[in-house]
Amino acid sequence: MQASGTTFPQRVSVAIVDKRLQAALARASGGLAQRRAALVAALPEFEALRERARCVKEHVLANLDGYLERYEEQVTRRGGQVHWAATAEDARAIILEICRKANARTVTKGKSMVSEEIGINPALEAAGYEVIETDLGEYIIQLAKEPPSHIIMPAVHMTRQQVGDLFDEHHRPLGYTKHLTEVSEMVDEARQVLRGHYFRADVGITGGNFLVAETGSSIIVTNEGNGDLTQTLARVHIVTSGIERVVPTLEDATTFLRLLARSATGQETECYTTVSTGPRRADDLDGPQEYHVVLVDNGRSKMLGGPFREMLRCIRCGACLNHCPVYTSIGGHAYGWVYPGPMGSVLTPLINGIDKAYDLPNACTLNGRCQAVCPVKIPLPGLLRELRRQQFESGLTPAPIRWALQVWAALAKRARLYHWATRIAIPLLSRLGRRRGALSWLPLAGGWTGTRDLPAPQGGTFQQAWRKRRRGQR
Amino acid sequence: MRVGLFVTCLADLMRPSVAFAAVKLLEDAGCMVEVPAGQTCCGQPALNSGDSVDARAIAQRVIAAFDGFDAVVGPSGSCMGTLRHDYPALFADDPAWRARAESLAQRSHELLSFLVDVLKVERVDARYDGKVTYHDSCAGLREMGVRDQPRKLLAGVQGLELVEMRGTEECCGFGGTFCVKYPEISTKMVDDKIAHIEASGAGTVAGGDLGCLLNIAGRIKRRGLPVRVVHTAELLAGMGARPSIGEPEGS
Repeated sequence: MQASGTTFPQRVSVAIVDKRLQAALARASGGLAQRRAALVAALPEFEALRERARCVKEHVLANLDGYLERYEEQVTRRGGQVHWAATAEDARAIILEICRKANARTVTKGKSMVSEEIGINPALEAAGYEVIETDLGEYIIQLAKEPPSHIIMPAVHMTRQQVGDLFDEHHRPLGYTKHLTEVSEMVDEARQVLRGHYFRADVGITGGNFLVAETGSSIIVTNEGNGDLTQTLARVHIVTSGIERVVPTLEDATTFLRLLARSATGQETECYTTVSTGPRRADDLDGPQEYHVVLVDNGRSKMLGGPFREMLRCIRCGACLNHCPVYTSIGGHAYGWVYPGPMGSVLTPLINGIDKAYDLPNACTLNGRCQAVCPVKIPLPGLLRELRRQQFESGLTPAPIRWALQVWAALAKRARLYHWATRIAIPLLSRLGRRRGALSWLPLAGGWTGTRDLPAPQGGTFQQAWRKRRRGQR
Repeated sequence: MRVGLFVTCLADLMRPSVAFAAVKLLEDAGCMVEVPAGQTCCGQPALNSGDSVDARAIAQRVIAAFDGFDAVVGPSGSCMGTLRHDYPALFADDPAWRARAESLAQRSHELLSFLVDVLKVERVDARYDGKVTYHDSCAGLREMGVRDQPRKLLAGVQGLELVEMRGTEECCGFGGTFCVKYPEISTKMVDDKIAHIEASGAGTVAGGDLGCLLNIAGRIKRRGLPVRVVHTAELLAGMGARPSIGEPEGS
């Protein structure tokens, strides 16, 4: 799913004055950061878990081909089928073909960011399938016809009032006439509406938080149990996942599960952790007749051998979003694609092209909070800076910024010239702001002086004053 | 100990009193302080804009200027983080310069952590009357481990009452060129920061990085709020009573 014709700065301007969005963001992010901090403080081995998770991921990435082959072998042995999708287009074609062969009409979906990445919903709908999102947040934004604004809480940008109105519009024809104001009522009503869909569904699509090479299992975590119903009640279960989500053993998976719940939603564990291994066996009471895994590359193998390999450690917990002062100021939609926040600012240019998302790596203060909370220690600020370097080298950096840098660097590289020039310029600037102590306007500095004064320099430069003082002491 | 002062471009140009305060604190702790003339800036504007060629050229000059000092100390977590963490990485493919960069990195310290962690300074002789809240600048906090050191020394200043604000570890929205490239987001962030400062009841906010302080003071001045903004080193050197950032000199 690509953003419509607006630019990042345009979307920012809209988001920053959107009072409802700002209220929703303030409420959600603050609470999550606090909940996470409390749980981390209560778990002495949290840092050791992070380090272990980092090591396991690095080991897997160094041996990814072997683990993926092992995983496919195990899935096949248990009666499932693995499909390899090099691109988003391939992934869509594979899923459409599975649905066609299954004579499907209705497709239910558990929450899956990979399915957003490959844009499966529009493709399925265009082919005539009825698609129903079953995660409450995803269900809400599907009704609202909006993309997710957060990778864990897709409808975090909406208020309770907005959801109540949305349910009025879509549930009234189904016989639900009461206007809802309480969250618990909305959850109940959505559950009732969704319940019927699970039983009608021919195909259930879920994501895969972890793929276990040892057993050929896929693991999902949810808080609503919707994933279980989606994958158990449909005739065909399709798992969509990135190739980097494989882990060696079930025991390794538990390391990540402990980190994921705490980092994502500030819980010790999610309400449902579901392990799926193949289709229904002869003596199983329930389960799908077919089990497919669509492994999506879509740019990932290209990252493997380069400076962005560490991004492939990402477990999609969203902690970097919740702790990012830019994300919590503008919300997810401003980023323009399915992955927002720090992780999205790295992934989006890598998947869609660094020329397609110039602003994302740049709209960051490099404050480092994302890296500090990342459960797998991804050096996100460093990766963003590497993207800036590639942009600069490919000439994508806007000309005025390049020119300004050149002038400044020419001076900064020549200390004598620099000290001479600043000895002249700084006292002038100081005199301009002497009366107020600050300047309210400067040519070419609108980015600063539009909303801020520029505190005036005290007087001369330190270098000059220091040399003078030293001469006086001799 | 022979200490080379990394002045930082912002202290050099905008607020020399911060550098003089650093010199005083270092000299009081028994250091012999020198200020190499070959320094200008650490090169972050180039580095963070993706211009690694100029960043390397500037880094080479800084490395050369600070050859031979026992320690290199600067009143900024951000600039000193660049010297310590980014310079070695800039010369990953150049063994000779890499070795020199590593040597500088090992000798580089943020002022307050140098005073407390290396020189074991327990308290300073200074007075400041008022309620002060401390803003944790991001690079100092997360790259240089500066958190307890400034609080410890500030708490020992006579007349000074240290109060914590909410969200003290949240970015103020400066971010170098970020604040001029994305002024709307930056302004939202600094307004959030100012709200926390005001809610703390402190009349003064102190911090360890002039970039953040110019941003916070510039916005406070534009909004006409009665909050003083000062560098921690100034408070600790007994220079807290001089005009704060954005106040006219001689006031």
